[in-house]
Amino acid sequence: MIDAESVLAVEIGSTQTRAALFDVVERKYHFIASGSAPSTVDAPFRDAGECVHLAIEDLQAVTGRKLLDKDSQHIIIPGKADGSGIDRMAITFSAGPTLRVINAGLLDDVSLQSGKNLTSTAKAKVIDSFGLSDARSTDQKIDAIIKAEPDLIILTGGTQQGASRSVLKMVELIMMASRILPDDKRPEVIYAGNRMLAKKIKEVLGKWLSVHTAPNVRPSIDLENISPAEAVLTGVVTRIRYNQIGGLQTLGKRCSTPPSPSPQAFGRIVRFLSEIYNPNKGVMGVDIGASSTTFSVAVAGGLTNKVYPIGLGNHITNILDLYEPAEIMQWIPIPINEETLVSYLWQKSITPNSQPLDQMAMAIEQAVARLILRHAMQEINEKWQEDWENEFAFEPILAGGAVLRNAPTPAQSLLTLLDGLQPIGISTIILDQNNLTASLGTIAAFNPVLPVQVLESGAFLNLGTVICPISKARYGTPVLNVRLEHENGLKETFQIKQGSIVSLPLQLGQTANIHLDALRGTEVDPHGKRGGRFKIVGGICGAVIDARGRPILLPKEDGRRRDLLKKWQKSLESN
Amino acid sequence: MLAPVTHIIPLTKIRRARLLPTKGRVVVQVGQIVGASDVVAEARQQNQHTLVDVQRALSLASAAETRKLIDRKLGERIQEGDVIAETGKIFRRVVRAPVNGVIVMISNGQVLIEADRPPLRIKAGLEGEVIEIIPEQGVLVETNGALLQGVWGNGKINQGLLVNLANTPNEELTPAKLDVSMRGSIVLSGWCSRPETLDVAAQLPLRGLILGSIMPELIPAAEKAEFPILVLEGFGQMAINNIAYKLLTTNEQRSIALNATPWDAFSGARPEAVITLPASAENSPEIDVFTAGQTIRVLTPPYCGKTGILSEILPGLTTLDNGLRTRAAAVRLENSQEVTIPLVNLDILK
Repeated sequence: MIDAESVLAVEIGSTQTRAALFDVVERKYHFIASGSAPSTVDAPFRDAGECVHLAIEDLQAVTGRKLLDKDSQHIIIPGKADGSGIDRMAITFSAGPTLRVINAGLLDDVSLQSGKNLTSTAKAKVIDSFGLSDARSTDQKIDAIIKAEPDLIILTGGTQQGASRSVLKMVELIMMASRILPDDKRPEVIYAGNRMLAKKIKEVLGKWLSVHTAPNVRPSIDLENISPAEAVLTGVVTRIRYNQIGGLQTLGKRCSTPPSPSPQAFGRIVRFLSEIYNPNKGVMGVDIGASSTTFSVAVAGGLTNKVYPIGLGNHITNILDLYEPAEIMQWIPIPINEETLVSYLWQKSITPNSQPLDQMAMAIEQAVARLILRHAMQEINEKWQEDWENEFAFEPILAGGAVLRNAPTPAQSLLTLLDGLQPIGISTIILDQNNLTASLGTIAAFNPVLPVQVLESGAFLNLGTVICPISKARYGTPVLNVRLEHENGLKETFQIKQGSIVSLPLQLGQTANIHLDALRGTEVDPHGKRGGRFKIVGGICGAVIDARGRPILLPKEDGRRRDLLKKWQKSLESN
Repeated sequence: MLAPVTHIIPLTKIRRARLLPTKGRVVVQVGQIVGASDVVAEARQQNQHTLVDVQRALSLASAAETRKLIDRKLGERIQEGDVIAETGKIFRRVVRAPVNGVIVMISNGQVLIEADRPPLRIKAGLEGEVIEIIPEQGVLVETNGALLQGVWGNGKINQGLLVNLANTPNEELTPAKLDVSMRGSIVLSGWCSRPETLDVAAQLPLRGLILGSIMPELIPAAEKAEFPILVLEGFGQMAINNIAYKLLTTNEQRSIALNATPWDAFSGARPEAVITLPASAENSPEIDVFTAGQTIRVLTPPYCGKTGILSEILPGLTTLDNGLRTRAAAVRLENSQEVTIPLVNLDILK
């Protein structure tokens, strides 16, 4: 039996604001419904209160449940005996401009790298860095800090018993620059270096700036530990957003826990899942937003969270810094020229709320999503090979974002994810079709039962179990014999050829035993497993065997390539 | 549902705050009539400092000892060569200011001088009357006239006579169409795709350019241009929307002010053109809600820049031809074509 309480979770995005209602139905928490409204964080409102209000009004209209008082001015908290109102409220936010960060530390590939890694966990960008190897004079550095107009300075450096003089010189530089900045332009400071200096740094800089101390991100030269500092950063980001986003602080006072940046709340759920799932596998979460993309990977409770400043809204053109137009075009199954593609991306950047109006626009946005995922996955794989000397299979892969939720068919969402992430081994791919993950991460702070029960409910859509064998066999060669034993006793066999993607006929929620027999040196997971028998659950796209090889190589000839892209999509839509 | 408004309006009251990013000095008075290029406020630029390490220069043992010898105050103006500090008279050693500027910090035996730089100046951005001074920050300028808001600007401001080089809203601006008779004017054309066009415009020079659209590869060159470039529709080869085209062509040879500030949704700054007219008008709203009968513009391909009338907001979610399910409206375009467009792909023109 649980202590029943209804919860309203609000997600303030850069383009849309959503209000989701959770309540107890038949003694378990369920997602009830959500409402939405265009975000009003930008001008002319510059106030989150308006969009939150409108989203709740929309939610009221959907559910018929009264959530605002009779003047529609205030949210009814706590809930009343007549069923109106809610008991608790939680807020996550991804709205607001990208934070401008100065990264100050000692060595480029040690403390400065850790400062950069810490910055990448938030919607933030390093504008300038200062380290020991910086040849600029002190006055040039002062001018650079002033020019950067930072929201935040992250200061790292020194192992626990290590350097202090160099760190204090950096403090002096920050102090000099900050003293000549107007009061309203002075940045927040996070110190996450040698703990022995924390008190002194707070004393020196505290006269001029808000200084937040965090545990050392580099307790020793070869050990990086960002997580504790990430928690401090989360609080500082919220503090900065209180100043930038009108109404957020007032709304926060009505919440059961302080408003949280969406990437951190999203990562919390990914970490939580990694603690309850197979410790030999990682859990991955991806959320493709309008202004940024969050990529979270966790293994046995250890979380790596990264926010990429590319989304499918105002920062969509950032994809052109990473990939040539031709690389984007190769994922579009419709004839298109470079001029049309680049013009579309620029147009989308000035109309970030807009939705794809025709097949071409839809195909472009899905192609960009693939490459955002590809870029993030390649970075993760590089890190993985450094840290673990191996690639990981992820179970599950949790995916969110409007481009995936709004895809016309679940098969398009799944194929976008498979083409972008190119996972290996056996995974279940889950779609956050109601955009709940970040909200659940925040709710977990005061109600750890609710996220568990909602994750187990039907609020998330199982796209399918995917099996991605690794094989060096030639295209068209059989690489896997598959036998599928349904619960009703029906047995089916399939032979999978290299280069193909196949959807096995398994209905959503049905279980079956699958026997895999790998051929010609094929491995079915990164640990070299050659086959075996195990139970799988069908998703909306059935169970999928993706034997297209890694990396996926596309034909150079345009016509053949487009035909192949269409054929792959058709394969997944056949279930 | 809340709807964004783009002003393309023949007569409205326009009031703009023109503010410095840091504290400074307002150089105009209430009631003064200003042009778009007139400076209304200025501030010291804080972007060049020189640090003088007095303690090291005088080989002194402590900062406290150094402080006693620094014969200058915080905020004091000094000239290059002025004495900042000196030791006793027998073996006199002197530290002099290396630049003209203001002392902004004296600390730890060091003196930080903010060098004199040309001040940061804020222009009026439109032709109008200064109606309010915001001390140390800037002014409010007000006028009545035609207002056209764009989607992209290169950050420059200027004012000139409007010359129409677009016989149709979809006409490309080419170098051959520009000649010396247009020097000092603001030119209207459909779209621009060739870098040499911007080169010729700079050589004349034009005082500004209003385009329906611009090719993305011209953006770096457009950002470097000394004259303002205002883009009304977006990127690619799109015509000027008919409402804006009609409004601009009927005001040909009138003085037009371009403030091509980049569009910043967060602050609300938007590139715009203003034609001051001798009439009074009311303010126009910045935001509205979608309702049938409104004049709208489509913001994305394949109908990007097309205007029309919102016929009906469709109930619930509508499935588009591409499979997307969304809140949408039935729209009658200016060519009488009926189309279904997601509400978020529309803005209201008023």
